[in-house]
Amino acid sequence: MSAAEITAAPTGRGGRMARAQIVNAALALGLIGFGVGAWAMGETFLVTLATKVAILAIAGAGLNLVLGFGGLVSFGHAAYFGLGGYTAGILAHHALNYTPMFEWPVLFEGTTSMPVIWLVAMAVGALAAAVIGALSLRTTGVYFIMITLAFGQMIFYFAISWPAYGGEDGLPIYVRNGFPGLNTLDPIQFFGLVVALLLAVLGLIAMLARSRFGLALQAARQNRQRLMAVGIRPGGVLLVAFVISGAITALAGALYADLNRFVSPSMLSWHLSGELLVFLILGGTGRLFAPLAGAGLYIALEHLLGGVSDHWQFFFGLLLLGVVLFARGGVIGFLAGGRKHG
Amino acid sequence: MTGSKTGIHRETRMTRYLTTTALALSMIGGAAMAEPVKVGMITTLSGGGASLGIDTRDGFMLAVEEAGNPELEVVIEDDQQKPEIAVQLSDKMIQSEDVDVLTGIVWSNLAMAVVPGATRQGKFYLSTNAAPSQLAGKGCHENYFSVSYQNDNLHEAAGAYATNEGFGTMFIMAPNYPAGQDSLSGFKRFYEGEVASEVYTQLGQTDYAAEIAQIRDSGADGLFFFLPGGMGISFMKQWAEAGIDMPVVGPAFSFSQDILPAIGDAAIGVKNTAQWSKDIDNEANAHFVEAFEAKYDRLPSLYAAQGYDTARLLLSAMETADIADADAFREALRAADFDSVRGDFAFGPNQHPVQDIYVREVISEDGTLTNKIVATAMEDRGDAYAEECSM
Amino acid sequence: MSMLLLIEQLLNGLQSGLMLFLMAAGLTLVFGVMGLINLAHGSLYMVGAFACAGVAAATGSFWLGLAASIAAAAAAGAIVEVAVIRRLYARDHLDQVLATFALILIFSEGTRWLYGSFPLYLNVPPSLSGSVTLPGGIQYSLFRLAIIGAGLAVAVGLFLLIGKTRIGVQVRAGEADREMIAALGVDIGRLYTLVFALGAALAGMAGALVGTIQSVQVGMGEPVLILAFVVIVIGGIGSIKGALVGALLVGLTDTMGRVLLPSIFDLFMETSAATSVGAALASMAIYILMALVLIVKPGGLFGARA
Repeated sequence: MSAAEITAAPTGRGGRMARAQIVNAALALGLIGFGVGAWAMGETFLVTLATKVAILAIAGAGLNLVLGFGGLVSFGHAAYFGLGGYTAGILAHHALNYTPMFEWPVLFEGTTSMPVIWLVAMAVGALAAAVIGALSLRTTGVYFIMITLAFGQMIFYFAISWPAYGGEDGLPIYVRNGFPGLNTLDPIQFFGLVVALLLAVLGLIAMLARSRFGLALQAARQNRQRLMAVGIRPGGVLLVAFVISGAITALAGALYADLNRFVSPSMLSWHLSGELLVFLILGGTGRLFAPLAGAGLYIALEHLLGGVSDHWQFFFGLLLLGVVLFARGGVIGFLAGGRKHG
Repeated sequence: MTGSKTGIHRETRMTRYLTTTALALSMIGGAAMAEPVKVGMITTLSGGGASLGIDTRDGFMLAVEEAGNPELEVVIEDDQQKPEIAVQLSDKMIQSEDVDVLTGIVWSNLAMAVVPGATRQGKFYLSTNAAPSQLAGKGCHENYFSVSYQNDNLHEAAGAYATNEGFGTMFIMAPNYPAGQDSLSGFKRFYEGEVASEVYTQLGQTDYAAEIAQIRDSGADGLFFFLPGGMGISFMKQWAEAGIDMPVVGPAFSFSQDILPAIGDAAIGVKNTAQWSKDIDNEANAHFVEAFEAKYDRLPSLYAAQGYDTARLLLSAMETADIADADAFREALRAADFDSVRGDFAFGPNQHPVQDIYVREVISEDGTLTNKIVATAMEDRGDAYAEECSM
Repeated sequence: MSMLLLIEQLLNGLQSGLMLFLMAAGLTLVFGVMGLINLAHGSLYMVGAFACAGVAAATGSFWLGLAASIAAAAAAGAIVEVAVIRRLYARDHLDQVLATFALILIFSEGTRWLYGSFPLYLNVPPSLSGSVTLPGGIQYSLFRLAIIGAGLAVAVGLFLLIGKTRIGVQVRAGEADREMIAALGVDIGRLYTLVFALGAALAGMAGALVGTIQSVQVGMGEPVLILAFVVIVIGGIGSIKGALVGALLVGLTDTMGRVLLPSIFDLFMETSAATSVGAALASMAIYILMALVLIVKPGGLFGARA
């Protein structure tokens, strides 16, 4: 719907574009300000919540790449999120328990180093997305929604019933993994790390959007035939986007595992896939900062409504229904004005 | 016995408590003048498993109210049976609310997510229920106490019972998740007959037609199953429909007081193993059952009894030691100097109970389904993992 | 494994497949006629089960409960269609997914509010309780046998309805060309509400029947919903025949997978490992089946359009 906005925004010609950029900057500063402010007041729990928002925003950003640009409604992105989480959990599990992960061709005992874990998680996410994407992209429309959902469920059930890494019980990481030069157990330092990654991911996506690849991707959504006429295979472009998307979402999963110091199959559940979609529509589909706005709003509502009523999801459902039916621009659309038509 | 580091801080707080609680303190008599103890209870109060958490809480709070010790403060939060929520709550309780002791978790997977982190941060954890093997063996910790059992115990007792009854072949069944796998290996540890068939069901499965057909076909002498929560209820109702004449034995979880009404008469006659029953004959238990029923207008379950014992253990340690001196407090917990509703109760070397485990039968008593002890399956049973624990 | 056991397991697979068909039929009709993907179909299944539990508890009659389940689910379906779903026909699939995801939250949390989280349990009516001996000596639960009968009867009824009646003609016309039937002077709004309510009624009936055997609780519709999606994707979205074939395939694959896979692995693995690996694979079996079907036929077995 508004990949156009992402592509056009940086050129910033119209006042409307500038307004969208102000909203984006306000969102980023708002998140940082909230985290730092909570830390200054000694509310470490709120810092943890802000970190959670940033991580979910990274996951949403991954989904946004295929949904906002490519128009692919993936209903199985929890798969990459969970795989990233399990990568972190399994690597740390072996390192913390001193049990080698494999001995051939070289002895590998797992690791608790975040940069290594992130790379491995992104590789795993990319690989899974490549396989699932290659099969799923044979279909379109509602079949695509369903088959991504089914692959997600397949991995979910596998994680539940495969006993080696805890199955349904999940896998604890006793100590948060480390990052050189930082004490990651300190909530504010971990928060800073996650926010830096979020901004890097959003920057990467903005850059992709402006590139030739981004234009081809957008064209693939609008008119596959035309793309083929100029000699680009839309399937190839979409698959590359799907793979990058899987890698980003897997990175978020690895961070989420470290935030909770725990991984479980619930990270793979279809509810999570649905929630990622919800973040995007709450934020404003296709907007670069939609995942941040959406995740922030969701977590804020969970804690504000959750404090008032145990049945907060009832009211949240009504709100979501209202947004889908009547306010399709989401938070950013409301603030920045103007609905984009790609 | 006081850590000098906290001395000054302690004194100022002490003065405040002395003025506000002088009356209450004089009522207790002999209570050590100690730091107040703040307990964080994380348990399941909503969702399908809520009845277990509610009973745990009610049993625990009954003991707290009976003691009336103003030095004891309890914060209770609902984990919704979700590990990530439990971790968040424990972070909040440790970081923001500065609790000394954590307790209350019902489920092993939640315990595995919370306990190692909490004990490493120097907090005590007293388990009211979940006691996974990892925390009993290599992963044991000096600040971790299980007041309930070790997870395998009730399954082991079922195996011992099947052996004692002379069942030559048994059909055994559990959900395919770690606790289910531990259950079947626990059963086999003390079962000397032949396992006719070993079946893993899906976790959360609600239709057991395929398994029931296999059980009927196996012609085994008996059926052992472990299907906690709603799974057990669904299974027992379908089992009764199928009309198979085979003795059934299982751990108490599927036949505890909170679940029996839902199963209905289909449960009558089933044997189940537990370390507690409301008809254990001792003074503490008679008082507990009566007081619980009077206060909450329902019969106590296993979980309520475990919650009650946990609180009484904590209170007994508060009588003799100061939480500010962690070593002394730990020793006081280890002594387990309280009258358990189970009768004899002691901690083994890995701080898990050494206790008798009984076989109960589901009966109808004045129209209410409940359990009655029919045999003792194991006496002074510790657990299989104590040797691996180096503490 | 003995022949008798195998036949009994086939009956079990048939029974679960037919219940899936009741769910999938509504989903596939709604997609075929209105082009709508409805995640909230599982909530209608739950509404049926709770209505049955509530009325059966109040009146003591399972049969009144069953009637109530069909009526309540149909009513809930009609209300939802008029209030919400109607606005979604012209929207893209993403909006439909999100709006019906919101409906799930509302239905689930609303039901939890009314009934609490603890599962309710229904009793099989006395006239259908116990088991019967089938020819060949198979002992089988009478209630499950009745469910098989009811499922088959509904399937036949549905095929007659679609094939032989005026409404059926309109539905088929709607599937073929949505603009066309408006031109034929059919009241589209009424037809859509009717189709949606019919699908809801079937889901509610399935909820009541399955809930009686298993349990009635919040969230019970979601696993079934996902299975029903698998069914219609395998069968081809929009095809009733596809839904029936897909449902039976999924029901049989699931049941037989759970029974056979562990014993197959037992041939070359240690028993404990075999049972747990077999159970793990069995839980994935239907998704593997679906992936295979889609790789060979991206539009499903009987799909009209991909």
